[in-house]
Amino acid sequence: MTTPYQHQGAPGAVYSSPIPIRRAHLGDAIASEWTKIRSVRSTIWTLSVMALLLVGIGLAVAAAITTSDANVEDQPILSLGFFGVLLGSLCVMTLGVLTVASEYGTGMIRTTLTACPTRGRVLTAKAIVFFALVFTVTLALTLFVGVAQVAIIDQGSPTTQEWLRSTLGVSLYLALLGLLSLAVGSMIRHSAGAITIMIGLVLLPLVMAMFMFTESLSWLQDALLEYSIPSQLGVLYDNSVTQSGPMGWEPLWIMLGIAAVALGAAYTMLNSRDV
Amino acid sequence: MTRSRWGWRMIEAVGLTKRYGAKTAVYNLSFHVRPGAVTGFLGPNGAGKSTTMRMILGLDNPTAGSVTVGGQPFRQTPNAPRQVGALLDAKAVHGGRSARNHLLSLAQLSGIPARRVDEVLGVVGLQEVAKKRSKGFSLGMGQRLGIAAALLGDPQVLLFDEPVNGLDPEGILWVRNLMKQLASEGRTVFVSSHLMSEMAVTADHLIVIGRGQLLSDMSVRDFISANSADFARVRTPDTEPQLREKLSAALSEAGAHVVPEPDGGLRVMGLPLPRISDLAHGADVRLWELSPHQASLEEAYMRMTQGAVDYRSTTDQKAGLMQQPQPGYGPPAQQVPDVPQQGWYAPPPPQPGQHPYAAPAADPRLPAGPAAAVPAAAPAPADPTKPEDPR
Repeated sequence: MTTPYQHQGAPGAVYSSPIPIRRAHLGDAIASEWTKIRSVRSTIWTLSVMALLLVGIGLAVAAAITTSDANVEDQPILSLGFFGVLLGSLCVMTLGVLTVASEYGTGMIRTTLTACPTRGRVLTAKAIVFFALVFTVTLALTLFVGVAQVAIIDQGSPTTQEWLRSTLGVSLYLALLGLLSLAVGSMIRHSAGAITIMIGLVLLPLVMAMFMFTESLSWLQDALLEYSIPSQLGVLYDNSVTQSGPMGWEPLWIMLGIAAVALGAAYTMLNSRDV
Repeated sequence: MTRSRWGWRMIEAVGLTKRYGAKTAVYNLSFHVRPGAVTGFLGPNGAGKSTTMRMILGLDNPTAGSVTVGGQPFRQTPNAPRQVGALLDAKAVHGGRSARNHLLSLAQLSGIPARRVDEVLGVVGLQEVAKKRSKGFSLGMGQRLGIAAALLGDPQVLLFDEPVNGLDPEGILWVRNLMKQLASEGRTVFVSSHLMSEMAVTADHLIVIGRGQLLSDMSVRDFISANSADFARVRTPDTEPQLREKLSAALSEAGAHVVPEPDGGLRVMGLPLPRISDLAHGADVRLWELSPHQASLEEAYMRMTQGAVDYRSTTDQKAGLMQQPQPGYGPPAQQVPDVPQQGWYAPPPPQPGQHPYAAPAADPRLPAGPAAAVPAAAPAPADPTKPEDPR
């Protein structure tokens, strides 16, 4: 009924694998995360929807302005891309949250962390792969939309600074916003909860500001308006809601700081919590 | 309990304790697992098997105590996936990813060549569905995928949490042989299960826990001899009750321990079958039955863990839900006599001193018998030790 107690001849003949053992490093983790992110449909879907929003809205606005012969010379042409990017940011946030939280939802995280007990490496690899993917896709889309808008409207040409901020700047901003979502997803560990938090973070400051009518709260109202994520995105397009507040490239540094703090917290929690 | 003849301790737990809030999932658990053998990790549902497995893999931090794999805590092990492979939960995969991509991502993460993925897919027999999304997999296919992931790094230590769940008989046989083969190659194989019958044919060594505490740590052979209670069933002609008395007296005189059974048979312990037959012949008693019975490991295990079961089923009373019978109609309610199943009798508890597995009686945390277990047997609605809990 039972097998003999001693199977092999020499006791203590511990198995050793014939496959050469190589110490895994961050590059391996990045390759792994790239395989993961490209092999699920949610990536394809969120990025496709984002492309549709950016290109569709960007071109539609441009086309509407051309056909109505509106004079937009007081406004930079590239800022027409703002609406598409604002909606597209929802897709970036969703993807950012899903990149981490879906592993918790499915239990895959335990398999992952068994294969790589250096937990920080997994989160770093996720952040790098996700940042690179979102940055590349957004840069390509904003460049395409910008060039198309300038070509359609044909009223003057934007300066180099405007070009840089509305393509490179906006792409970096969205990628950092995505990193913030990724960090929130890693801390909340629940897809729907983390996505809700991120959408609230983007929309609530503006909505709250709308209801602050009293004089005593006007400073708060201004701050909420100036530093809300849509306004900061607008600043990169020279299209701010207010005249004060962050200017030029400043929104990028603000978002960089927030994302760094959130990622730091995510690292600490990942290393200390049970999974 | 330690035995010096096991030179190697691949997995070693010392005073392992894990609390989730007020609930203690694992308490002061010390054991070790040696290479070259299949070690079964047994316990009822909620006994703390999965929690222990997660602590071995560094996924959960122990509240107290420590556990090492190959002499180091798992999270400090260099090349961990090449040393340790684990199947924790067959459903712990992203359903939208194909089996091959799932394994590929794990191989890349561990620095394992990609062609190893196709190898292990072949080993577990999933080549046909390698490109299919794992969402559509049956539980058995999921188990095979999980086993493939565990084998990916060709590790020397393998942990399997309930590997045969959902497998068909062919799959169960395959897993059984796989475990034995892996152990015969000199690997350390640690398999959890709540099925004693499965472990009895797979494992060489058993670690039994209940309520997060060690109940037994011994080889299967020792377990059997410590818990065996072989007996013979003897039936004399029903038509002549006096023969039964006569035989019973003769057997007792010869040194047997004779217990009458409710259906009129006799349970005889302490005498071999031929001797019983000889004695019956000598006493001029005809026999209708003389059959050997061996206590199965399942019975020994049930008895051992009966005080440590967290989730106990009760009879469905349907109280107040049944239609009241009209008085005067229908047959009068009859008391169904308690007829024990033929051939199943829990063997008597082993003699004192013969059961080294028993928890120390001084420890009040572990109820020793079913009576003491009643207050704690109330179902706990949320058991944080189970991986299927949403977190």
